[in-house]
Amino acid sequence: MPGLDALPLAASESNLLAARELMAFTLAFHIVLACLGVALPAIILTANWLGLKRDDADAMLLARRWSKAMGVTFAVGAVTGTVLSFEFGLLWPNFMSRFGDAFGIAFAVEGLFFFTEAIFLAIYIYGWKRLSGWAHFWSGVPMVVTGIGGAFSVVTANSWMNAPRGFTLDAAGKVVETEPFKVLFNPAWGYEVPHMILAAYMVVGFLVASIYAVGMLGGRRDRLHRLGLLIPLTVACVATPIQLFVGDTAAREVADHQPAKFAGMECIQKTGGHQTEYVGGICTSNGVKAAIPIPDLDSFLVGFSADTKVTGLGDIPADERPPANTLLHLSFDAMVGIGTALLALGAWFAFVWWRRRDIPRTPWFLRAVAVSGAAAILALWFGWIVTEVGRQPWIVQGYMRTSEAVTEAKGIWFAFAGVLILYAALGTIAVLVLRSMSRRWREQESDEAEVPYGPPEAAAK
Amino acid sequence: MSRADLAAAILWIGATLYALFGGADFGAGLWDLIAGDAKKGERPRALIQRSLTPVWEANHVWLIFILVVLWTAFSEAFGAIMSTLYVPIALAGVGIVLRGAGFAFRKSIESLEARRAMGAAFALSSVLTPFFMGTVVGAIAAGNVPPGGNGDAFSSWLAPLPLLTGALFVASGAYLAAVFLVADAHRAGDREMEGYFASRALAAGLVTGVLALAGIFALHADARYVYERLIVEGLPLVIVSILCGFGVLALLLGRGRRGLRPLAAGAVIAVIWGWGVAQFPYLLPTSLKIGQAAAPGPTLDAVLIVFVIAAIVVLPALGLLYWLSQRELLGE
Repeated sequence: MPGLDALPLAASESNLLAARELMAFTLAFHIVLACLGVALPAIILTANWLGLKRDDADAMLLARRWSKAMGVTFAVGAVTGTVLSFEFGLLWPNFMSRFGDAFGIAFAVEGLFFFTEAIFLAIYIYGWKRLSGWAHFWSGVPMVVTGIGGAFSVVTANSWMNAPRGFTLDAAGKVVETEPFKVLFNPAWGYEVPHMILAAYMVVGFLVASIYAVGMLGGRRDRLHRLGLLIPLTVACVATPIQLFVGDTAAREVADHQPAKFAGMECIQKTGGHQTEYVGGICTSNGVKAAIPIPDLDSFLVGFSADTKVTGLGDIPADERPPANTLLHLSFDAMVGIGTALLALGAWFAFVWWRRRDIPRTPWFLRAVAVSGAAAILALWFGWIVTEVGRQPWIVQGYMRTSEAVTEAKGIWFAFAGVLILYAALGTIAVLVLRSMSRRWREQESDEAEVPYGPPEAAAK
Repeated sequence: MSRADLAAAILWIGATLYALFGGADFGAGLWDLIAGDAKKGERPRALIQRSLTPVWEANHVWLIFILVVLWTAFSEAFGAIMSTLYVPIALAGVGIVLRGAGFAFRKSIESLEARRAMGAAFALSSVLTPFFMGTVVGAIAAGNVPPGGNGDAFSSWLAPLPLLTGALFVASGAYLAAVFLVADAHRAGDREMEGYFASRALAAGLVTGVLALAGIFALHADARYVYERLIVEGLPLVIVSILCGFGVLALLLGRGRRGLRPLAAGAVIAVIWGWGVAQFPYLLPTSLKIGQAAAPGPTLDAVLIVFVIAAIVVLPALGLLYWLSQRELLGE
């Protein structure tokens, strides 16, 4: 590890922690906006399609308002996404220098999708007034395709970090040959990519539905609110069962590709069959404390047989074990737990809808929907904690340690503090802006000022 | 031309388009910043708002394009630049956040005070962001980025040539923006705004010209290799730039509108390619050549394929966006 020895350990460890926290925070912030960029277009177009097909003014109004909100979230997402691409170089220059040749390919593809999405998003958002109904609808369809394509490229870059393929290193560790297809279609893409795309649809579906559920709990039970709840909730409830299936497959694949990560997720200490599944608890090297143990279940989930051998952390060299084992384990359990609860919510909704074409009458249903958006976002974050913390100490699994990748630049903690303040303001103002937009819609005022801050009489219009 | 050279050309094409469209968007922010109080600045700000709203995000993506091509095709250079010039790059990053968010928020937020604050964030960062980006380019041209990275965090860019390049970035963006806004006002039949931005285009053009000239002296002092190639191999492009600049000047003084935008763009394009020719075959003059920094062949092929697809898919879509926007078919 040439990079590691050159630095005094304390300084480099502090830098590493600061860089990881900064990356984690900015990623967590951006990923919510990225979900909106991936999945909101489909939900908006569903409303738009219903509006055009059935001549439904309420559906059209919803599509129009959502697209205005998307204008704000997409702008914030575009800049926070740019920050992440800066951070690749600013925080992890050695990683980019060494592996950009391979890792970068996915981002080159992502550039294409993001560009196309930005263009059609602009046409769609600003085309409401003067483009004709169906032409306008079709101008929005590329957003759905490019959103999914963009998610594929970014997530496949991450899955490459988990299962790096498609490159040859020389003796000095430099990439001398690449195979772009093997980079793009690395062994982990097949479960990571659909897992994230479905997550995006769940997050956005439950999030939008939760906003309308809050409105309905507040007494606004008009048709607009009902439709505003039904459209996104249906999308999310269709995505959820598929997600549980994909997630289950993903966990099995992780057990295969990244045994250390899996052992950390499940708090497995000793390699062997008949592994106990621990729900919750605190992981120690002497076993799991305060957990609900289910004998043999872990082995069964990995290989459909209680005899399935699962690798334990004891067989992983100490310097290759993921840190913060309890965090990893609880994050995984929380993600699965929330996903299961959302599945139950969807089943409840589906059952009542099947019986009487209506949402459940009890306010408890609306309360559940009202918290489902935040819950889905939490699950999303927990999932990213699992995949990122679980890969540590590696940045490129088996090839490069995160400690080798980190910058030698000073002041990362300082930068982190600055970014915290900046993003806190950004998030607060974004929420305030969206709330003020929705208040103005309710009051049936004009949507926006003609001149950003012209003379008071013009602004007051 | 090798594949590596082709990839470098793609990088330069991206830089050119970002300088033209992204640069003009930053420049519009500068005009917004100095448009005066609410009453005086109302009309120019309204024109800027209308012109920028549908297109700024798409224009911004060229920056992502540059970053992605650089880190994929020339990852060593990317790492070296990032680990040396992290201060101006991080500041530019902050500027990008404030610019984009400020612009998106200022029309949707309720109170006038908050709107002003958002507008100020947008406008001020529209000046600072291209300045810091310019210092990065100037520091690269001056040879202040060691190929192994980790160059001096401050002296690398707090030097005459980088600072001058930063100023040149700001001025050329303002110049392009004013010219584009003249054309937008002309199309909208707004005589007053046409004159307003024409005089500003003139002023910005002169400032840009002076800064570019000063830049040549700074190159002479701090970037000998680049200077010597610029005045020999790059000379035709320098001449083209000067001719275009004078053409714009003549059109503005003679109230001509046809050909204004292409000429102004031509002046800027010629400078960017002049710089490219001048530092060829180096990516980091004079320590890292394009061929040395280039990724393995298949990666370069992937970048080239992505670029071809972009030319087939993205450029026509971008054309459609501009076409709709210019026909006033997009708006709120």
